[in-house]
Amino acid sequence: MSLAGSTAAGVSRRGPLDAESREWLRCLAGTGCDAPSAAEREHALARLHQLLLRAAHAELRRRSHPVRVEGRERDDLAHQAADDALLAITGKLDRFRGDSRFTTWAYKFVIFEVSAKLGRHYWRNPPVQVDGDAWERIPDRFGADPAQHAESRELAGALRRAVTEALSERQRRVFVAIIVDEIPLDALAAELGSTRNAIYKTMFDARRKIRAHLVAHGYLHDEEPRKS
Amino acid sequence: MSGWEALDQFLQTDPQDVGCDRAMEILDIYVDAVIRQGTDTTERRYPGVAAHLRACGPCGEDYAGLLAAIS
Repeated sequence: MSLAGSTAAGVSRRGPLDAESREWLRCLAGTGCDAPSAAEREHALARLHQLLLRAAHAELRRRSHPVRVEGRERDDLAHQAADDALLAITGKLDRFRGDSRFTTWAYKFVIFEVSAKLGRHYWRNPPVQVDGDAWERIPDRFGADPAQHAESRELAGALRRAVTEALSERQRRVFVAIIVDEIPLDALAAELGSTRNAIYKTMFDARRKIRAHLVAHGYLHDEEPRKS
Repeated sequence: MSGWEALDQFLQTDPQDVGCDRAMEILDIYVDAVIRQGTDTTERRYPGVAAHLRACGPCGEDYAGLLAAIS
């Protein structure tokens, strides 16, 4: 559906819009008697881009872990995210149904762009792998008391056996990458040419299978979390 | 919380969890609802999205980012 053709029909399918959202839509995609002048549309696009750029900068500053981006690199990523978000927004105006405010809907695009770009950016400068067996650091990650060596060894050993014995090859690869090697999920999705949803689903199934394995072997109780 | 309890909590899955695609599809609606009606009311209205945002780190980040952007 083209933007111009969709607008009038699209608006009629929308619920009642707040005044600000209605004005954004009119300036970006109005037709007929609602059509904006070329200058109005250009001004609205520039204003929206400015908002998206500011949001991208703020989001990149907010997300300092695990990929810290600063200086010129952050400026570049922010501009790319704002540019791509603006393109996506103007291409999908007919999908805006008015169930949220227009600006909230628009900001969603730039937040997603920042996530995706940080996922890909991770591989430009991945953290240096610490020497030693990464599995040995698993108990720390789950807050096990370092003084309780026996408990830590038992936890790491049981989890490792469950991963080896209960998971499919794909599930094992994803689980080890995210939990043991600490690769961010979005970065792994970019590396594997997959999607966040697909990786999450793989992890969801892996978590269930590992838990069932640990229950079956007496490490965890069937329903309630194990008490210390 | 012991290491075992933390591990168990991580391994627990919520059958209501709607997954990333559905949660992100309505994230703007969810965030506006949080602003207008508060977190508790929104979580009761969208339990599957709330369950997902609690369990999925990246979607939780997107939620926090969108909330920060409009606040």
